[in-house]
Amino acid sequence: MTVVHPNLEVTDAKIRARDVSVFYGAKKAIDAVSIDIPSKYVTAFIGPSGCGKSTFLRALNRMNDTIPSARVEGIIELDGEDIYTSGMDVVQLRARVGMVFQKPNPFPKTIYENIAYGPRIHGLAEGKTELDAIVERSLRRAGLWNEVKDRLTDSGTALSGGQQQRLCIARAIAVDPEVILMDEPCSALDPIATAKIEELIDELRGNYAIVIVTHSMQQAARVSQRTAFFHLGNVVEYGRTSDIFTNPLEERTKDYITGRYG
Amino acid sequence: MSFSLLLLLTIGLALAGWLAGRARAWSFRKTGEGVRLAALPNYHGWYVALWIVGPLLAFLALWTTLAPNLVQQSVLADPAAAGLPAFDFQRNAILAQARAVATGLATTTTHPDAAALVEPYRDAISRYRLIGILATLAIAIGAGAFAFLRLKPQFAARTKVERIVLAVLLTASLVAILTTLGILVSLVFETIRFFGMISPLDFLFGTTWSPDPMTAPTSADPTRYGAIPLFWGTIFIGAIIAMVVAIPLGLMSAIYLTQYARPSWRKWLKPALEILAGVPTVVYGYFAALTVAPAIRDAALAIGISGASSESALAAGLVMGVMIIPFVSSMADDSIAAVPQAMRDGSLAMGATKSETIRRVLIPAALPGIVAGVMLAVSRAIGETMIVVMAASTAANLSANPLESMTTVTVQIVAMLTGEGSFDHPATLSAFALGFVLFMVTLALNFIALRVVKRFREAYE
Ligand SMILES: Nc1ncnc2c1ncn2[C@@H]1O[C@H](COP(=O)(O)OP(=O)(O)OP(=O)(O)O)[C@@H](O)[C@H]1O
Ligand SMILES: [Mg+2]
Repeated sequence: MTVVHPNLEVTDAKIRARDVSVFYGAKKAIDAVSIDIPSKYVTAFIGPSGCGKSTFLRALNRMNDTIPSARVEGIIELDGEDIYTSGMDVVQLRARVGMVFQKPNPFPKTIYENIAYGPRIHGLAEGKTELDAIVERSLRRAGLWNEVKDRLTDSGTALSGGQQQRLCIARAIAVDPEVILMDEPCSALDPIATAKIEELIDELRGNYAIVIVTHSMQQAARVSQRTAFFHLGNVVEYGRTSDIFTNPLEERTKDYITGRYG
Repeated sequence: MSFSLLLLLTIGLALAGWLAGRARAWSFRKTGEGVRLAALPNYHGWYVALWIVGPLLAFLALWTTLAPNLVQQSVLADPAAAGLPAFDFQRNAILAQARAVATGLATTTTHPDAAALVEPYRDAISRYRLIGILATLAIAIGAGAFAFLRLKPQFAARTKVERIVLAVLLTASLVAILTTLGILVSLVFETIRFFGMISPLDFLFGTTWSPDPMTAPTSADPTRYGAIPLFWGTIFIGAIIAMVVAIPLGLMSAIYLTQYARPSWRKWLKPALEILAGVPTVVYGYFAALTVAPAIRDAALAIGISGASSESALAAGLVMGVMIIPFVSSMADDSIAAVPQAMRDGSLAMGATKSETIRRVLIPAALPGIVAGVMLAVSRAIGETMIVVMAASTAANLSANPLESMTTVTVQIVAMLTGEGSFDHPATLSAFALGFVLFMVTLALNFIALRVVKRFREAYE
């Protein structure tokens, strides 16, 4: 059903989804979606509210498992390995596929402890010096180091909204994931903080597969190289971001990106 | 009897006032074309009715306290009462007999003097009943007429009724507050009397508790009023042994209920757990005294510990711990549930397991609420009476061995008040001093706990 743009070059898929359907109870929120998500690119999910972007995103690191009524069908592979088999270690999976949420959700702990949280539970650091190094590196990559280096023992919740969100990104990259899923990471932020996060995403792209859900066409156009347009539980169109925005093949996509949707 | 009669009368009069007020309002509406009432006719009715009920209830309260005295005085003024003994105790017994016969509670008098007083009693009672009724009617008519005459089409009966309702509600809440204040004042008063006889230093820091109710009040030995063993027993049983039981069990059940239990289970388990809080403490007392305490003593003997008491601190503490599990668990439950879902998701998305998330994120975040719950539970436990009265001993004992018998502040309060000491003896008065200390401690605990909870709530809003 998905229209894939012809000039979407074939890359190795980091994540391969085939005929993925997600149900909440009896209600189908995602209907047989197939999509390949490449490494070293930013993939944007766009689409009207309620079309299932978050639902699909959460299926990629099995966060839907925390919702009792949710059920996933179909195949999702990470590096060719089915993540929904019973042998899959969800804890390891989530360490490999990190997530940043719409509302910044730092833990009510110090800035340092927020970053050290993941490395600690996964045993990534031996000793304090290694942990310190991970914390510093993560904060640097999230562009937050200079702002917080003198106040690492302050509470993470005492930061501004934009800083909190970068803290959450730093927290996610501290465990050295392969994929980072971001669900509307800028929707609670002002334009300046948004610009910082977008810059950060662009810098991170070389090392990770990044998926970002966004309601802002401009943001999708600015930060992503791939765009998937979701509509009513389907991926209607998928291709290079430039193609989707300049040359949409589907009427519904065209309507949505030109703001005529609805 | 005459009270219920007057109450019925009051209700009847209020109803009459209500109907009259309403009818008057309707009549405004009928007579003047285009007259708009400022309030619905019912409000006019209520206005009149409340004006009748309010003063009448005040009168009723006054009258029920005054009338018996008035009756008695008029009986005593009767010539038949002239020969009564002057001594209070005998005289009152005779009067009570006469009154019982006069009001129909008894049929005959045993005392010869009493028989003569029956008639005067009857007369006085019926006289004052008549006065009561007449006064009721007069007040009702006066107040009712005042309200009735104020009714006009433009009269804002609605806002007036609102104000009266406000006053009623305020009074209702004041009753509780004033009662608490009254309790405190009487407690303080008796405590001061006690400290007039025994120095606070001896009381608060002495280590021997064996009051001597049979000595003369003035020659009481202050060194026998050292309350430290009682404070220790209270803390050991209520704040240590009970908490060792209640904190882990309460916390774990809260975690299970909020994080693991399926909703259908939670629906049953949570109320079931809360039933524990509703079991009368005397039932826990039986359980502690008849089942747990002997079991502990037998177990101790079986493993070769001699000298285990059958009224051990351990038995009372364990059962008390079970009793307060719901206090700990329901506060912990609330505060864990109040930690935003986003926090949990954030931790799970980092690859933390459920129990890691609980241990490292949820409990630290919910800690203030949990601590507050524990403090409330402690204050409840140290004020608890029934379990310790039944299961703990009355022997004061300063020991850290849970198998020995110990006593608590509440047990001693009961023992001192029900003992044979007279009311001006420091042994009896010590109950008030103990109660006062207990009151201050639980008050402080509750106060701090509420502050902590409030802070915690604000943190997430
Ligand atoms: N926990 C849930 N239980 C039941 N239904 C849900 C749940 N979460 C989402 N849904 C439903 O699934 C559908 C897709 O929701 P989803 O949150 O994925 O949409 P979305 O595209 O992310 O929307 P938005 O842009 O507003 O965030 C919606 O119809 C929603 O009502
Ligand atoms: Mg969403």
